[in-house]
Amino acid sequence: MDEIMARIQTVFRDVFDDPQLAVTAASTASEVPGWDSLSNINLVFAIEREFKVKFALGQIQELNNVGEMAALIHKKRSA
Amino acid sequence: MRVPQALRFPIAPEEVLRKRQALKRELLKQSHALPVRIAILGGSTTAELKSTLELFLLAQGIQPEFYESGYNCYCEDVLFENPELWDFKPTIVFVHTTWRNVAEFPELLEGEAAVEGRVRREMARFEALWEKIQTGLGALVIQNNFDLPGLRPLGNLEASEASSRVNFLLRLNAGFAAHARSHARFLINDILYLSAQVGLDRWFDPGYWHNYHMAVSPVGTVALAQSVAALVKAAYGKSKKCLILDLDNTLWGGVVGDDGFENLLLGRDHPMGEAFQDFQRYVKDLQRRGVILAVCSKNDAANAKAGFSHPDSILKLDDFSAFKANWDPKPDNIREIALELNIGLDSMVFVDDNPAERALVEAQLPEVAVPDVGSDVDGFAQAIEQERYFEAERVVPEDLKRSTFYSSNVQRNLHRTGFADYGEFLDSLEMTAEIGTFQPVYLERIAQLINKTNQFNLTGRRYTSAEVEAVSRDPEAIALYGRLADRFGDNGLVSVLVARIFGDTAEIDLWLMSCRVLKREMELAMFDALVEECQARGVRRIVGVYVPSKKNGMVAEHYAGLGFSAADASGRFQYEVPDDYAPRTRHIRRTTALAMA
Repeated sequence: MDEIMARIQTVFRDVFDDPQLAVTAASTASEVPGWDSLSNINLVFAIEREFKVKFALGQIQELNNVGEMAALIHKKRSA
Repeated sequence: MRVPQALRFPIAPEEVLRKRQALKRELLKQSHALPVRIAILGGSTTAELKSTLELFLLAQGIQPEFYESGYNCYCEDVLFENPELWDFKPTIVFVHTTWRNVAEFPELLEGEAAVEGRVRREMARFEALWEKIQTGLGALVIQNNFDLPGLRPLGNLEASEASSRVNFLLRLNAGFAAHARSHARFLINDILYLSAQVGLDRWFDPGYWHNYHMAVSPVGTVALAQSVAALVKAAYGKSKKCLILDLDNTLWGGVVGDDGFENLLLGRDHPMGEAFQDFQRYVKDLQRRGVILAVCSKNDAANAKAGFSHPDSILKLDDFSAFKANWDPKPDNIREIALELNIGLDSMVFVDDNPAERALVEAQLPEVAVPDVGSDVDGFAQAIEQERYFEAERVVPEDLKRSTFYSSNVQRNLHRTGFADYGEFLDSLEMTAEIGTFQPVYLERIAQLINKTNQFNLTGRRYTSAEVEAVSRDPEAIALYGRLADRFGDNGLVSVLVARIFGDTAEIDLWLMSCRVLKREMELAMFDALVEECQARGVRRIVGVYVPSKKNGMVAEHYAGLGFSAADASGRFQYEVPDDYAPRTRHIRRTTALAMA
């Protein structure tokens, strides 16, 4: 999970163009500057490509924080 | 302009999207001289497209400002004249529709008459939209044609059955194409091609459609944005004009100076020879459509020229408008080519298989585009093609003759040596100019010249085709065109001058000339014609306007040279028309305009 969180953080730093951005499992959209419904498309796409996974319809909407995103990626990759 | 690596061939769409913010930040550090107002009217979500398009435009030195229609409001915004859109005053309207925006598809096995009726209705719906954009907003239209659906309920029958969706979309595309051919300032963005190139399975992603209503996937959006940016660039006359080529291992396999021209790899006897011949064929196709060719090679001139006598060489010596084969550094040669051909370094593309030469040119001449063609001939054409350097608004007969003009210029320059003075040289050219008021047959060429001439251009004013047409019929305007021919050939329509009449004063709104006829006294012939026209209309005073730009420094002294009095604070020069005006032109014979009927 640490490896997934570290790579998620790299993706976030690229997408939001902030090399200092620190992302934790508890981070939510409201805490990350610039993370809105528009940038979310780009973020989801970057995450999908980084981990070579494909989120199913509705899965993104159900996530409450970055930790849940990491857990979902972990589940998809071990499936 | 330094274009970030991520936005250059070969483009990785994932990287462009992920690093979009950083790329934008990097691009904004450079200056962007050309502001453009673009309205994106979407038949689906356009936010991603807008952000990516912004990157590719910034990379061309264009600073875009955007308007986005509401989701799928591409028709409503225009037909009901949304005040927000009208206040925005776009110069370009991009209609981003896809096959999902087709209002009615045929019923299966429907008869030909019914299908044809649907085609006509769908065309009428779009034509009403385009008409309103052009007349109501006065904007140039960029319109997607239609991509094909990824799913084929009829299987291969989609290709043959007349009432299939595929065949219906192809008929609409033919209708869109016909509209583009018959309407100026209307450009097709060919997403039928783009989607095929990207691959339909990557072009469309059901997840992004259902989650965000993106009719084109993020990956497809990158290709789409690059294509639209190229069209915008073409509309503003910022496309490249000249392709400069290395010779050894670029146009043929081997080193001509070592191997001899008869031993070069060129032609069907060898896979590489065939590849070089194919690349030459592509270059020849570019030349035929108006791209100027030049050679820049480290070689002995005689050896270099001999290469083109290889029997399988598609390109011949006279396809090139400039030829530099010597041992000087390539950046020096490229500067000389720019001078000889009278075109800017920012209009040039340099292709060389040697990465060291590419790096040198890139470092010393940042204005010159240097595509990463690699060192394998099989990749050369693709690299040039994918950078979309030579996108054009349209092809006109002038384009087909362009390289002849420039090659003739090289002859004219050679011819120049050996005259007592410059006047004798000009006389020897036996020039004739046809100068007249705007004629319908020339309007398209006039609009093209107005929108791409940057150097000999006093005011930098751009006219839409509609404005050109309007001024041709305006009794309060003097609108003149000039064609110039000489013993080496016809230079075509090369100069345009528009003056607005206010009482007894004519104010110059536009005066420009193609650089291929610089220093031929054509500007004097135009002035003579203007003065005659003023006298005929009782105009006593001519006001000259000069609006300095980054590129038109060469005409800063133009009015002073014609005897206008010095500029007032607003950059206006004055000339009182004497009753006994003596024509300035001494070396050009004027003929009356043909086509007056």
